[in-house]
Amino acid sequence: MVGRRWWVPWLWLAPALILVGVFLLYPSIDTFRRSLLDARSQDFVGLDNYRFIIENPQPLVSDTHVALWNNFLWLFVFTALTVPFGLVLAVLTGRVRYEALAKSAIFIPMAISFVAAAVIWRFMYEFNADIGTANAVTTQLGGEPTAWLQDKHSPLSFVTDAGPDNLPGPLQLNNFSLIIVGTWMWTGFAMVVLSAGLKGISSEILEAARVDGGNEWQIFWRIIIPILSPTIVVVATTLVIQALKKFDLVWVMTGGRFDTDVVATLFFKEAFVIRDFGVGAALAVVLLMWVVPVMVISIRRFQFQEETR
Amino acid sequence: MARISFDKVSKLYGSVTALKELSLDIENGEFLVLVGPSGCGKSTALRLLAGLEEVSAGRISIGDRTVNDVNAKDRDLAMVFQSYALYPHMSVYDNIAFGLKIRKVPKPEIAERVAEAARILGIEELLKRKPRQLSGGQRQRVALGRAIVRQPAAFLLDEPLSNLDAKLRVQTRAELAKLHERLGATFIYVTHDQVEAMTMASRIAVLNDGELQQLGTPQELYDAPANLFVAGFIGSPAMNFFGTTVTPAEGGYRIDAAAFKLDLTAAVGLDLREQAGQETVLGIRPEHIHDPAFLPPGVVPAVIETTVDVVEAMGSETFLHLAADGMPFIARVDARSQAKAGQRFGAAFDLSRIYLFDSASKLAVKRLGKPDQSDVGVATPS
Amino acid sequence: MAVADDIDRPTMGEAPGGGSRRRRLHFARIPLHVAVIGLALLWSIPTIALVVSSFRTPEEIAGSGWWNAIKTPFDWTLANYDAVLSQRGLARAFLNSIIITAPASTITILVAAFAAYAFAWMRFPGRNLLLLVLVGLLVVPLQMTLIPVLRLYVALSVDVEVPLLGGKLFGTSSYPGIWLAHGAYGLPFAVYLLRNFFGGLPRDLIEAALLDGATDMQVFFRIVLPLSMPALAALAIFDFLWTWNDLLVALVFLGDPNLAPMTLRIANLVSSFGASYQVLTAAAFVSMAVPLVVFFALQRYFVQGILAGSVKG
Repeated sequence: MVGRRWWVPWLWLAPALILVGVFLLYPSIDTFRRSLLDARSQDFVGLDNYRFIIENPQPLVSDTHVALWNNFLWLFVFTALTVPFGLVLAVLTGRVRYEALAKSAIFIPMAISFVAAAVIWRFMYEFNADIGTANAVTTQLGGEPTAWLQDKHSPLSFVTDAGPDNLPGPLQLNNFSLIIVGTWMWTGFAMVVLSAGLKGISSEILEAARVDGGNEWQIFWRIIIPILSPTIVVVATTLVIQALKKFDLVWVMTGGRFDTDVVATLFFKEAFVIRDFGVGAALAVVLLMWVVPVMVISIRRFQFQEETR
Repeated sequence: MARISFDKVSKLYGSVTALKELSLDIENGEFLVLVGPSGCGKSTALRLLAGLEEVSAGRISIGDRTVNDVNAKDRDLAMVFQSYALYPHMSVYDNIAFGLKIRKVPKPEIAERVAEAARILGIEELLKRKPRQLSGGQRQRVALGRAIVRQPAAFLLDEPLSNLDAKLRVQTRAELAKLHERLGATFIYVTHDQVEAMTMASRIAVLNDGELQQLGTPQELYDAPANLFVAGFIGSPAMNFFGTTVTPAEGGYRIDAAAFKLDLTAAVGLDLREQAGQETVLGIRPEHIHDPAFLPPGVVPAVIETTVDVVEAMGSETFLHLAADGMPFIARVDARSQAKAGQRFGAAFDLSRIYLFDSASKLAVKRLGKPDQSDVGVATPS
Repeated sequence: MAVADDIDRPTMGEAPGGGSRRRRLHFARIPLHVAVIGLALLWSIPTIALVVSSFRTPEEIAGSGWWNAIKTPFDWTLANYDAVLSQRGLARAFLNSIIITAPASTITILVAAFAAYAFAWMRFPGRNLLLLVLVGLLVVPLQMTLIPVLRLYVALSVDVEVPLLGGKLFGTSSYPGIWLAHGAYGLPFAVYLLRNFFGGLPRDLIEAALLDGATDMQVFFRIVLPLSMPALAALAIFDFLWTWNDLLVALVFLGDPNLAPMTLRIANLVSSFGASYQVLTAAAFVSMAVPLVVFFALQRYFVQGILAGSVKG
């Protein structure tokens, strides 16, 4: 538009730019810097902090390997559980009349805080079978009560007595217990987004497929899923990033103890409890390095999809 | 109220030139129509005038004030958008009053001006409604009302009729013309429809590819198109064109189209000295090709042998789709014509109404004077 | 895009005017219903467990599973809620949650709206790049920013006690401090959402207003904002919930327990042994109450908002 003074747009942008600069941009750069400095952020130590993370010299104080592996676990298992659940629920709820009600029930956990969820599930996982629902169910089914949040054995060992019980670290029951809580909360999100995607599939395509003789199963796999794949990518990306950032849940439920630490909780311990800013910053950078490629991949995928439309 | 001038105004978008050195003077109170096919730059010119885009080169002035850098709201212009652009969350009254409220006009005066505009446009009962409750024609009137109420130096209208159905369009055309009379203000009107241009304009500016092709009254554009583009753009059905060569001949010139030849004397009024030996384009409007049995007075006929392809009898007149040696063209003849499809037909070209254009420059060959009825020439088949 | 309508319309795959033929469906009906209802119930069990327990006495909770509570409805009690609400700590925490969330969300929304308008409707050099950077910051995990900002706050601390509200004037353990922090953290998403929406408004609407004589401010307040209510509502809900439910930021920036929001309070209760379930469940429910109410009341905008952000096209 003609006649607008050149500085006007900048005036409108200023508050946002300042806030973002101070709270997001500057700190990120500063954190990079600190990751190359010592614990007090004074002396240059090069890549020592990163080496610390990789070598894990003090597993009893803060076990970086555990944290890294657990993050991997979260990444895969959380996403692998939540997306299919969300998809199945989206498909199922889409076919009943009380769809809105059913969806709400599943979506509610998203509204509450992780802390509240932690309380809910602490309660569920309570060892005492008279209190904890999970163990009540287990004992009803004839099994022994389990310390869901502390048990480091593999998940299989709770089903069959003769399971391997020294699987590599992350594959511990208590991690899965935590992941289940995460899934409980985020399936609703996946369901809602995928449901919208489903509704975007024109019914004519589906009918043509049925007329062509496909059964529900085939239609699901060969038509619905391919059409939905961009949506699935979007959902999966969001979930992966959520998984990587997971702090509240783990912190409140186990405090990262019993080998349930993830990078985010370890970061907190290092930065604010142990007060090693160097290692803390390095952990934050590690977190960033995990998140960025995920975003890049998904954006590329998305753009690719847009182009090939 | 002042004259509006474009002085070598250009607009570039990156490497694309939307408008090339447009120079145009718009007199106070006239109804100027900018017409041309899409992409010709007419809307660009309007938007530059309104101040919605910045001029790349040249000068726009209103009165003696150069307005290149003047804010849109200070140019004292009102615009009616193609989509009407009514504020959906406001009532009709508030829509119309918006500009006045912004300028802090006192409430009673606002009420008065809105009421007046509503009366002129016949929308008094609609004042409390919201845009989504109105029909297309009603919305357009509200958009007009919003402009009228500002009492601007000029009204800018961007294809205001294109969203209306055909019947409404004809009706609204007349109403807009009447409105212009009544308000006496300058109207600058953009359209791609040459019928609208011809019926409403006091002057028409034809644009193509960012360049001004011709500026003149509707009659001037019809009678004396400056170039091939204008000739083909104005008039419906469009002018027929034939590729020809011109050779000097005894008493005048011979025009050689592949399918026929015409011998022209100087009396036709065309100055063909420069065209001798050149490739030219012969143009003649369908309404100037007649059925020899029903020649209107004053026509100087030259009969060409053709075959009739299709006959479209409209009742008031008949369109004949003819072919001469394979070359198709259209004639608009008297409704009483007996021509039948598939038959041979002698088409009478009115030699006093033919045009010649230079193939290279596309410019019209100059006329020396008005064509007269005396012996101007004869046609022979090839 | 009327998502609410979509949600209410039954059955995917049903063509308009489709009669019972098409409805004779592709899954046997009864297993379908069983599955859906079963899953919905399954999902709700943990929450129901919590709610039920919050009405029981400590002895009951320890003695029998919550599912038994239905047998003894008259033993239900409100004592837990009483404890929660009257115990200064938790009541204060609830208040703190409000004090923290409301201004913080307001900051985010206002600042983002101004910036989004500039990005959507003004031309200036570097616009695209700047937008990319701003929204790209969505990627940055909070952890990347916490240490430096904390140090900054410690350095800029103003130890003056704020009357009425409490806490310092600025720095850690100050309301203004956490308002700004939350305000800033919510910006990338807010700008992204609002810019998309503002940009979708018809161009000639804005132009008409400008020609009518409106300044940018007037266009913003009288045209753009009123027409953007759905997006603003969705954003408000998101940001409100995100801020209300936040733990990490509060943990880092609010040292003073007097300023702690509910999430922080309850987190502390959980980790301290000896936290009794009767109080814990009631407290958790109270902290959930507000988000749940907000969610139910504005459910439609919530879902619309997610979809606007996630599934574009």
